[in-house]
Amino acid sequence: MARIAVTVDGTAREADVEPRTLLVHWLRDDLGLVGTPVGCDTSNCGSCTVMIDGRSAKSCSLLAVQADGTQITTIQGAANGEWHPVQVAFKDCHALQCGYCTPGMVVAAIDLLSENPDPSEAEIREGLRGNLCRCTGYHNIVKAVQQASELMKEAAK
Amino acid sequence: MTATVEHVANIGRPLRRKEDARLLTGQTQWTDSIKLPGALHMTLVRSPVAHARITSVDKSAAEAMPNVVAVFTAADLGDLNARIPCVWPVTDDIVMPEFPVLAIDEVRHVGDVVAAVLATDAASAEDALEGVHVEYDTLPAVGDLEAALADGASLVHSSAGTNQCYTMNVPNGDYAAAKAASDVVVSRRFIQQRLIPSPMEPRAVAVSPMGTSGELTVWSATQIPHVLRVLLALSTGIPENRLRVIAPDVGGGFGAKLQLYREEILALVLANKLGRPVKWTETRSENMVATHHGRGQIQDIEIAATKDGILKGLKVTLTADMGAYLQIITPGIPLLGMFMYNGIYKMDAYDFSCTAVFTTKTPTDAYRGAGRPESTYAIERIMDELAAELGMDPLGLRRKNWITHEEFPYTTIAGLTYDTGNYEAATARALELFGYDELRAEQKRRRDSGDVVQLGIGVSTFTEMCGLAPSRTLGALKYVAGGWENCTIRVLPLGKVELVTGTSPHGQGHETAWSQIAADVIGVPVEDIEIIHGDTGRAPYGMDTYGSRSLAVGGQAILRAGEKVVEKAKLIAAHQMEANPDDLEFVDGAFRVKGDPERSTTIQAVAFEAFTAHNLPDGMEPTLSGESTVDPADFSFPHGTHLAAIEVDTETGKATVRKYVCVDDVGVQINPMIVEGQVHGGVAQGIGQALYEGAEYDDDGNLLTATLADYLIPSAADLPSFITDQTVTPSTTHPLGTKGVGEAGAIASTPAIINGVVDALRHLGVTDVTMPATPEAVWRTIVAAQSGAQA
Amino acid sequence: MIPATFDYVRPDSLADAVSALSGGGEDAKVLAGGQSLMPMLRIRLASPTLLVDCSRLAELRGISDDGDAIVIGASTPHHDVMHDPLVMAHAPLIARTTAMVADPAIRHRGTFGGSLAHADPAGDLPTVSLVLGAQMVLAGPNGRRTVAASDFFVDYFTTALEPDEILVSVRIPKLGAGWGYDYQKFHRTAQAWAIVGVAAAVRRENGTIAEARVGLTNMAASPGRAATTESALAGAAANVDAIAAAAAHAADGTNPTSDLHAKADFRQHLARVLTGRAVRVAAGV
Repeated sequence: MARIAVTVDGTAREADVEPRTLLVHWLRDDLGLVGTPVGCDTSNCGSCTVMIDGRSAKSCSLLAVQADGTQITTIQGAANGEWHPVQVAFKDCHALQCGYCTPGMVVAAIDLLSENPDPSEAEIREGLRGNLCRCTGYHNIVKAVQQASELMKEAAK
Repeated sequence: MTATVEHVANIGRPLRRKEDARLLTGQTQWTDSIKLPGALHMTLVRSPVAHARITSVDKSAAEAMPNVVAVFTAADLGDLNARIPCVWPVTDDIVMPEFPVLAIDEVRHVGDVVAAVLATDAASAEDALEGVHVEYDTLPAVGDLEAALADGASLVHSSAGTNQCYTMNVPNGDYAAAKAASDVVVSRRFIQQRLIPSPMEPRAVAVSPMGTSGELTVWSATQIPHVLRVLLALSTGIPENRLRVIAPDVGGGFGAKLQLYREEILALVLANKLGRPVKWTETRSENMVATHHGRGQIQDIEIAATKDGILKGLKVTLTADMGAYLQIITPGIPLLGMFMYNGIYKMDAYDFSCTAVFTTKTPTDAYRGAGRPESTYAIERIMDELAAELGMDPLGLRRKNWITHEEFPYTTIAGLTYDTGNYEAATARALELFGYDELRAEQKRRRDSGDVVQLGIGVSTFTEMCGLAPSRTLGALKYVAGGWENCTIRVLPLGKVELVTGTSPHGQGHETAWSQIAADVIGVPVEDIEIIHGDTGRAPYGMDTYGSRSLAVGGQAILRAGEKVVEKAKLIAAHQMEANPDDLEFVDGAFRVKGDPERSTTIQAVAFEAFTAHNLPDGMEPTLSGESTVDPADFSFPHGTHLAAIEVDTETGKATVRKYVCVDDVGVQINPMIVEGQVHGGVAQGIGQALYEGAEYDDDGNLLTATLADYLIPSAADLPSFITDQTVTPSTTHPLGTKGVGEAGAIASTPAIINGVVDALRHLGVTDVTMPATPEAVWRTIVAAQSGAQA
Repeated sequence: MIPATFDYVRPDSLADAVSALSGGGEDAKVLAGGQSLMPMLRIRLASPTLLVDCSRLAELRGISDDGDAIVIGASTPHHDVMHDPLVMAHAPLIARTTAMVADPAIRHRGTFGGSLAHADPAGDLPTVSLVLGAQMVLAGPNGRRTVAASDFFVDYFTTALEPDEILVSVRIPKLGAGWGYDYQKFHRTAQAWAIVGVAAAVRRENGTIAEARVGLTNMAASPGRAATTESALAGAAANVDAIAAAAAHAADGTNPTSDLHAKADFRQHLARVLTGRAVRVAAGV
């Protein structure tokens, strides 16, 4: 067992974990943060994407021990009092159907906009290529990221 | 629209979804998220080979491993080793081999299940798989469909004496005469490759014995909780009244969760046997071999026409891959296509035959469209080939042969009666959005200049059938279930509403759309309506969600249940206001005496009166609710015109979708935002089949595309945005005028894409390309066509 | 899926890491970003007994200027590499190619050195490091040694690293003025591995190609150079025809694998086509 200290969605956590425990399983099974789902075992689908120290990462491709000392934000902590503009835009643009890819897609989109506040359609599509969605055909996801970009630029004025 | 929905306030509006608040904040309950104290985690020992005799199973090492509670083989399970039933025996002499939950003596596909391991935690259960040692005596794999039918072929089920599951021929009209009367006959062999449905949520099941009540609760990532309850009872012998099946949040299905799976049975019988909760979560790698596949057909298509392009006849000869076993409706999938090979066209004769074959591969079953994508592909591809043969524009040929809007209702050569449609209007709108003539001009420029990147235009003018009803018709097709749907609407004492539906959504937005319908029928705000679904304990009657049936059938039950509520409420309101019911009008949730606006009451007030029951009409039962089970009169037939501009890099063979326009006619739309979303997703999956996806096996029967790193699902970076629009030709088989939209995009888009690829290369001598049209496949096609041209 | 059990250490120094690794024997493995390793652990294609986490060793991170070369710490994440001013100024081919690796989330965790040490034949960065004449600095129980990229990549998933050695940093000679570059990655979907990739670096002088380097991804067990094409380009006119003639030899002597993703002859065809395209971009033609 290894001792880790991680801040998850604003709450400091300390735990003893088996080295082989994946971060996503620690979040889901030990912390009960089941909002972050698992969709594959080859790091292709991106459903499990979370923020680690402000940057997106696939929590199925990381050991919990590797997250020691970091700050993690899951979909359950993405709203800070009020919804993040990406969440607002996803609802408004109907950018989700079954919702299984949504936690990872929202986190990936937040990361994308934090690095490129005004992305082109091509940049959005490239930037989300690590997150698979089987329901929406991505059309409305792209639209939502564009709308979120506008919302965030408005808010920054 | 019926008389009841007099004031449409919500139907037709793009209301934002009620579901999204929880889905966007992670407040979800997927089956894998359900934690049951004391639960055992189940893992499965799966066959690593396609076909073998099991010579020994040694589980002692696994049993000795930490936290392992039990390991079960077929021998250990004995009578509990249930058989999975097939509920669609399509012919009288169909071969239906036993499909045991745990393999007995023989495994028949990679992923077949030999043993179940139970441990107190998931990691130990996974570790213990390595402690079960199975020895296999390898038997020949059976992969090629035609070789499987040849004399002396190795058999998948030796006791059956054949690999042929069934064969059938359905002639409509006199094809030989139609062919004889034709000037041109074009034939092609199309391959519908196997597809892996791949909903983003893999499957999962959790079963909990509920103690004193004797009830067993089954949570499953399923599309069909109601059907599943019946099938679980049927296969395990556990009485249905002890089973409660719940489909919690379900992360997509596309037909893959329209099934009774062995893992569901195992979790149930082991939880029942041990008196402890049992949980199983599928890994993605397991999903690739353990969840049923779709498509998998060889299509030999022949079309006959006059030199003027008038269709005379169509001959369809299918060879369909069943896989190793029959799942619940495996044999019926080709039949769902049978009715649609003629598409939107008129002709004199249509001859359909199908031979179904067992192989040592994962069973096939429904995948988005189930039979109709295959038939639509065949007819829309062969129409392009016929147009090329005749030197006609592909749309021109279609116009000559399609059913014109004045001709509806029209009984097709396949025997279905299309109630309504307007192919001219949808096509005209699609052409306008597409810029057809400009793109044709660009295509010519590129051809003339010998551009490395060639441009092709793909056309698909499709129709399909939604609803899978009435029940009597399904019975005639030997389908062992009905096609009805149920709804109960309860107006509670304080005016809030519970709508209990037998449909079971997994991404379609029923909570929003059903609220819109009910809000307009009974006159309450959308937000006051709670949709109850996916739980046989709370929504006892239903046929669930598949085949684009939820609105087409379930919508009718909602409407009728709402009408019953209003009918009863009106009697109460009239009684309270001392008026004649015929003198009341019902507008926006209020009953008013016509001509006397001062005298009115609301449906919420009536609900409270129905609750107190202090002053009801004589003989009336208290409470305000309405229940309806509707068995529709007929299918509904959405249609549309899809146009794709495809760029093909002739050096690398890479095909890219540059522009995609689709105009769909799904009748009256309840929520156009949701409709558009369904079209987007369907189109993307159809593009997936055309360009990217295919389950590939080697000669030994090993699945090569066994992870999402090798089975390529398109990402955002691989697809364009889509240009969508609608025409609205209300259905006359549905009282709301709606049709259905869940599968339309996936049915329409695949032929549009491949027609575009072929069109881009036709001047090079290309007349077909196999799916998926990978760069290598396209490149080889070009090379072969050019060497053929030179020879 | 869940990996099999293993022990885990996160040493504080490179020396401790080396000794942990050598103490762990054959089944000990270095963990950097883990983006290649983790899927293999999960589907249990790899079952190491010990993981030595080197991701936080300061001496393995960061990018520095070393005169005629830049030095990239092995544990520097891809995301940092592709946005680094030194990389963009002196090894822009690395920045351009790194942007094509996997996806943004994986690039946040995956490391430059990890991609090289993993030595997947379909990896993009090994080819680029070969073309740029990179020097790998390895640390082991007997101290450090430097291995040229051309000697580093040995076979499928196999490098010159001994089981008890750690890749510390990679020295990339600066390309001087006059060099152009490109990487052509050919894959079926955006997140798929390369079927074939071609890296080109070309130095132009007075309308001719003075020097050209062409590297091939996934045309063999490890990255290689298209020698015949390179010599045909040296001194050739910088025009479409000369480049096409040289590119026609890009697959000479190669014997690529046939697998699910492509048959050998298609790979060879792609190598020729992509070489033409990469060299044209690199030569500004």
